[in-house]
Amino acid sequence: MSEPADLVVVGAGPAGMAAAVTALAGGLRVVLVDSGPAVGGQFWRHPPEHARVAIPTGDLHHGLREYLALCAALSAGRAAGRLDLRLAHHVWSAVRDDEFAVHAADRREAPRERPVVLRAPRLLVATGAYDRQLPFPGWDLPGVLTIGGLQALLKGGGVAAGSRVALGGTGPFLLPVAAGLAARGIAVVTVCEAADPRAWLRHPGALLRNPGKWAEGAGYAAVLARHRVPVRPRTAITGAEGGERVTSVRIASLTSDGSPRPGTERRVEVDAVGVGWGFAPQLDLLLPFGCELTDSADGNAVVAVDDGQRTTVPGLYAAGEACGVGGAPLAVAEGRLAAESVLADSGAAPALSRKSLVRARATVARQRAFARAMSMAHPVPAAWSSWLTDETVVCRCEEVTAGAVRAACAEGGAHDHRQVKQLTRAGMGWCQGRMCGPAVHCLAAQKRAYVPAERLVATPVTLGALAQLDE
Amino acid sequence: MTLKVVVVGAGVVGAACAFHAASAGMDVTVVDRGPAGAGTTSRGEGNVLLSDKAPGPELDLARLSRRLWDEAGEELGPQSFELEPKGGLVVACGTEDLAALREFAARQEAAGVRVEPVDHVRDIEPHLAPGVPGGVRYPQDAQVQPVLAATALLRAAVRYGARFRTGAVVGAVTGGDGRITGVRTAAGDVLPADAVVNAAGTWGGEVGRRLGAPVEVLPRRGFVLVTEPLPPMVRHKVYSADYVANVASSDAGLETSCVVEGTPGGTILIGASRERVGFDTTMNTAVVARLAAQACRLFPFLGGVHLIRAYRGFRPYCPDHLPVIGPDPRVPGVVHACGHEGAGIGLAPATGALVTAHLLGRPWRGADPAAHTALLPDRFFTSGGAPQ
Repeated sequence: MSEPADLVVVGAGPAGMAAAVTALAGGLRVVLVDSGPAVGGQFWRHPPEHARVAIPTGDLHHGLREYLALCAALSAGRAAGRLDLRLAHHVWSAVRDDEFAVHAADRREAPRERPVVLRAPRLLVATGAYDRQLPFPGWDLPGVLTIGGLQALLKGGGVAAGSRVALGGTGPFLLPVAAGLAARGIAVVTVCEAADPRAWLRHPGALLRNPGKWAEGAGYAAVLARHRVPVRPRTAITGAEGGERVTSVRIASLTSDGSPRPGTERRVEVDAVGVGWGFAPQLDLLLPFGCELTDSADGNAVVAVDDGQRTTVPGLYAAGEACGVGGAPLAVAEGRLAAESVLADSGAAPALSRKSLVRARATVARQRAFARAMSMAHPVPAAWSSWLTDETVVCRCEEVTAGAVRAACAEGGAHDHRQVKQLTRAGMGWCQGRMCGPAVHCLAAQKRAYVPAERLVATPVTLGALAQLDE
Repeated sequence: MTLKVVVVGAGVVGAACAFHAASAGMDVTVVDRGPAGAGTTSRGEGNVLLSDKAPGPELDLARLSRRLWDEAGEELGPQSFELEPKGGLVVACGTEDLAALREFAARQEAAGVRVEPVDHVRDIEPHLAPGVPGGVRYPQDAQVQPVLAATALLRAAVRYGARFRTGAVVGAVTGGDGRITGVRTAAGDVLPADAVVNAAGTWGGEVGRRLGAPVEVLPRRGFVLVTEPLPPMVRHKVYSADYVANVASSDAGLETSCVVEGTPGGTILIGASRERVGFDTTMNTAVVARLAAQACRLFPFLGGVHLIRAYRGFRPYCPDHLPVIGPDPRVPGVVHACGHEGAGIGLAPATGALVTAHLLGRPWRGADPAAHTALLPDRFFTSGGAPQ
């Protein structure tokens, strides 16, 4: 594609794919950039092309028809010379001068890195979300993974992380992961869901308006029943033990505030653990622009958008989990609406029919309501920090303990994760607080929504590649 | 009677003022709109440098400050703020540069700075690029972790009886004679004061205005790069000789001349760009790329090392690039302690001691007001108080 692009889309998951396809349909020239080796994001992660027949993953996926249609439309866009698809490109910064400049490290020939600058007058950020982690004693043992990590291993290579697996945390995402493992003959010895399922009864409207979610849930329940996987509500994995790697977990019933109920603790032997407490939206590229944020119901701050997915920065759009975690169907609908706004704001004709547009808007409204109800029904337990001892490592990169974080708050006067970082180095290491940030935030300032630290460098990039940029 | 002092600003300079004033027996209240050390203090590298200063008033203050950092280390424990007397190494990139650097170092030596000319720089800094013709080692250059330093000084001040309050200062309360009697906070409280120290750093201009004693303090944006943690590879604070020219420059455009150094955490810090762009927080990728290129030229191994973080802050500077320290002639009771530009961390203890000496009316911990008159705010005003 030699002519200048009209739009750069960062993130080729459900939201970014749908946005790119809609923008292409409206006649725009689009650059779609993703760090992965293929489009699809985490949700539609697949084995490498050559292994797709050998490793069946069909049962792990939803909306494959949508995925295939989007893939076909993207291929057509490339063939027509209007889509510049940049895979294995890691975006480390996005800035705006006369237009947007998206800085990426091209790692197609890793470990070699080549700096690339992608420019367009409009930018759409669809960078998704990642597992929100809460530390507990033993969470840093080998064999303890995020549930998203377990799912990525299954979807990307048919790999099960263990043969006796315990899952814990909260949220409906526990169920597909448990079902996927069970269907591959893995013993899922327990699924600890911290929430009380009766909490859903407070949001009947959201359930009634989303019958598709019921069907999906019923499907998982059937698989789990067939494999006799016990799903235990109001319980949590409160500790993991082992030497070289995890060999057992402690699980306990929870009181209504999330403290372990005395006398209920027991030990379960495992060789792998998956934990997830919902998701943290990936806002790294958005925060430096100074976009307005809003409080989503799940404890996260997310980027504020209007009903056309416009952020408060002119020319900057967002779709998918960055606007609030809500799943792939919501992300696809938001991607379409965002692209429609890009078309309208560029003076181009709409790509979607009036009917499709109405349908996308209705999907967004319905799925947002569901996501909101879901996060209210699956909160992070208020008393989770009571599971931690002072010796529990909270920041794994810099090996900062819960005791050090607590001391920074009590004696150092820190009341947010940024001050805790300055005093303890929690969040100063390799991951820059992407892992421990939500937990440190909860320990320091429980009441407010979590706003991640501003990261001017969205992903590590070599100084050598940056130096090439200067030439 | 105990002197009541309000220090506006809980950065490293305000904390040092509070530390010295409280240890001298004054009744000190520190007030800041945010937490301790959260402004420019948290956005620097922790430089305690003599090497970059030409003989003159700033170097005089820096030499005193260097000694007071050691004393603070003895009192508070050097580990409490990661005081590292690692020394600086200034390298020349050509033979002409080297001659200029040696001449500059000779003048510094005459002013009391310890300097050690080095011919084979790779003997003391083995990963430097080959072909560097030489340099000068400054054994007195040191490093501190700025936020830890600010909080340690503030904690020590509190042990001497000081208080720390969160709140924004919105104005001064003055008596019939025009003398300041307190400050008003945004919450509506009045903090009574016989003296108010303006240690608001980059925001010192605004705080000065609110106190009726405006001084011109402007922001200069600087980016600092942080690499992945590594085993020790860089022993000194290493920088190229053109840094000195940049520090003193008044050019409006971008200037970069990188300073490379390791930290106890294993990361390598690469500073320091200087841009005059007001309080614009925008990421500047060109600056980041330039710093990276300069760092790779000094230390080629850095080409394969990852940048994991970049941060930027606003260095407060006065039009003549000297800090403003001393009583304001227009509003009795107001004492300025701001405008340190990129040297605020290094100059903090001496600033605190000098402010305390001004308040006491006699020398304190080696700070004699009569020896630092070039830093007084008077230099900006005619005798009637009008700007010069």
